Amino acid sequence: MSSFLEKETTFFEQPLMLKSRVLILVAVLVLVPTFFFPLWNMSFYSNQYTDGLVMHIYSYQLEGGKTANRDDLREINSLNHYIGMRPLLESDFSEFTWVPLVIGLLMILALRAMVIGKMSNLVDVFVLFTYFGLFSLWSFYHRLYMYGHNLDPTASIKVQPFTPPVFGSKQIANFMVNSFPGFASYALISFAVLLLLSILLSAKRVRGKADVRAT
Amino acid sequence: MKGNHKLKWFGLGILCTLIIGGVLVSCSKKPRVTERGDVAEAAVATYVAPGDTDEYYLFYSGGHSGNVYVAGVPSMRHISTIPVFAPYPATGYGFDKDTKAMLGNYTWGDVHHPALSETKGDYDGRWLFVNDNANNRLARIDLRDFKVKQILGPIPNISGYHGGSFVTPNTEYVLAASRFSVPLPKGTYEPIENYATKYKGIVAGVPINPQTGEMTVGWQILMPPFDFDLGDAGKGVSEGWAFWTCYNSERATGKLEVTSTQKDRDYVVAVNWRAAEQAVKENKTKQISGVNVIDPKAAPGVVYLIPAAKSPHGVDVSPDGKYIIASGKLQSITTVFNMEKILSAIQNKAFSGDEDGIPVLNYDQVKEAEVNVGLGPLHTQFDDQGYAYTSLFVESAVAKWKLGSWEIADKIPISYNIGHLSTAEGDTVHPAGKYLVALNKLSHGRHMNVGPSQPESSQLIGISGEKMKLLYDAFTEPEPHYAQMIKADKIKPVEVYPKEEMKNPNAVWDVKDTGVVKSGSDVLVKMIAVRSSFEPNKIEVTQGDHVTIYLTNIEQTTDELHGFGLGEYNLNVVVDPGEMKVIDFVADRTGVFPYYCTNFCSALHQEMQGYLLVKPK
Repeated sequence: MSSFLEKETTFFEQPLMLKSRVLILVAVLVLVPTFFFPLWNMSFYSNQYTDGLVMHIYSYQLEGGKTANRDDLREINSLNHYIGMRPLLESDFSEFTWVPLVIGLLMILALRAMVIGKMSNLVDVFVLFTYFGLFSLWSFYHRLYMYGHNLDPTASIKVQPFTPPVFGSKQIANFMVNSFPGFASYALISFAVLLLLSILLSAKRVRGKADVRAT
Repeated sequence: MKGNHKLKWFGLGILCTLIIGGVLVSCSKKPRVTERGDVAEAAVATYVAPGDTDEYYLFYSGGHSGNVYVAGVPSMRHISTIPVFAPYPATGYGFDKDTKAMLGNYTWGDVHHPALSETKGDYDGRWLFVNDNANNRLARIDLRDFKVKQILGPIPNISGYHGGSFVTPNTEYVLAASRFSVPLPKGTYEPIENYATKYKGIVAGVPINPQTGEMTVGWQILMPPFDFDLGDAGKGVSEGWAFWTCYNSERATGKLEVTSTQKDRDYVVAVNWRAAEQAVKENKTKQISGVNVIDPKAAPGVVYLIPAAKSPHGVDVSPDGKYIIASGKLQSITTVFNMEKILSAIQNKAFSGDEDGIPVLNYDQVKEAEVNVGLGPLHTQFDDQGYAYTSLFVESAVAKWKLGSWEIADKIPISYNIGHLSTAEGDTVHPAGKYLVALNKLSHGRHMNVGPSQPESSQLIGISGEKMKLLYDAFTEPEPHYAQMIKADKIKPVEVYPKEEMKNPNAVWDVKDTGVVKSGSDVLVKMIAVRSSFEPNKIEVTQGDHVTIYLTNIEQTTDELHGFGLGEYNLNVVVDPGEMKVIDFVADRTGVFPYYCTNFCSALHQEMQGYLLVKPK
């Protein structure tokens, strides 16, 4: 047991290889698009909307599809009010202030790990990020659940409480609802993968060294 | 005189055609027999599959319905109605404050000749102008939203505004003219016996603001009391000129059918509108009803008369502007004048006389050809291959003939009695060819029996090939006088009025800003309409209150219209997405009056309602 702890301490104390550091830099750059592209895209298709109503969830804003002939977010809210769903208002989402902040913070921490070049810093970032990712997913699901379950009891159309799909497609009343991650989510996943690769690259070296010492 | 003799024979011929034609029509109610193969070809040529849209817009006049109708070509489907000179509850036109003010007290008008605005002689897709033959008005429809934005008139001194609304190549002017001469200024009494000397005709130019389309009363020219009929603006070689036909150069009164058809020739009027502008600038005008009116005697060089076959209807300028084609509807020829010859005749003073000091050009010196088109030529349009198409009312046919060689290339029978015709962009400098619509006066039961009040008929004819091909019969409301056919992609209308564009502070977009404010007997209501409710849904007033409702449709989605019908108050207003209209009335009757959404909007449309409660004083 003590040798395990000792070994792990050694692991965390190990410096990062150059390759790992480069990968961290790449990972940080990969996060930049999260400030410009949607995290999640939802679309709603029906006979009346063959071109689909669309909604884009960014890290910092909620945006509906907008053409000269239609404002999709306005339209989605107009339709949802019949079933008593709360209107989707950007001001109701505190996420739009703290999510970009957290992403920025993670970028800084990753850069810090790169500069200091210590495994422990890198693992910290990875763990924090994983927690942040899973929490955000749960929070997103929870949001959808709440919107679909806290329906106004005085609504003109009574529907069974429901949860719109987090991932995939689902028929809800006359709408086919599609929900898929956007470009920014792929950037977040790439960040995690790159960090993991970076850890593994240097970990291999550590393990190699440890093996040498054991013999 | 030989010519006179010939005319008599023509007259007899027409009479026989009318009688024989009438007999034939009444004997056989069978539709024209068409070959099976042709039917399939026509079906393919006109079929627009569900979800697909047409290639051309057709704007056709609705005559005394007061409307302009919009159809698609080649499907010939009627798509929408633009109310112009008459109230139209279907769109709430003439019920809200603004459109009510635009219509004044008129409840009808006689929409005649729609004209699309032009830039360099081609349609630019900005505006559509239409004239009112009855009440002497001119309307401008904005093609951004297909709505009337301005009605000018009744225009002073113009009486029987038939000779419009043709536009000059850069929409400098819309033409106007009097068909029914009256003593001027209007309001003057003069015995009809003094018609020839005391009644006056007018031809005029209505200037158009190139940025806004705003129409104003421009110059007018005092003319002898002829009946000015149709017109067209010069282009190319003839740019700067405007033309009108006239009948009744006899200056006759009474039974015009007889009295106005005694002379062999009537006239085409040619106006040099740049010279008219100059005459106004040089103050060679007199004021009649506050308008600058040019007396041709005081301003020589402004107006000339060209003798034309008697009782002419259409005068049409060829795409290059070189030929001025006048159709004498009681003859079997259409006369082609050459603009270059007209200009040199004017220069050489080749005049054969004058009418009240207006020089009459020598017919033989300006005539280019007399084309033997057939009986009762009315109106001519053009294609992209150098052909002209002339409608033949008496003969019920369209003749296709070649500009330059003047040969008749083809003729197609029409059902029945064609008036005007319209080819794709056929009155521009670049006609598109392909389609021709015959606007027929009689349909004679070529449709399901709908009783004695029968629709007019419009027939689509393919003109791509050597032979014209009848493709489709459409039945139209009274009364298609003329139409404009424009390529669909030249018009880009909005479907929603963007919220950002609404500048009126009385338009509200949020329930919290709605409400009823009373000050004395004035009640101001700021109301929104959105699926599926009005806010407020209750308006309480006292009898005699003056109620003003600012109704905003806060939808931003295509086709989400809402109506506001107020029962027994004779009010129905329709607001389009993003539109605000003002409803203005005096609550003079006590009681409780429901208001409700008249334009079906949503699943809870029925529930979209409210009450106006009027307390006794």
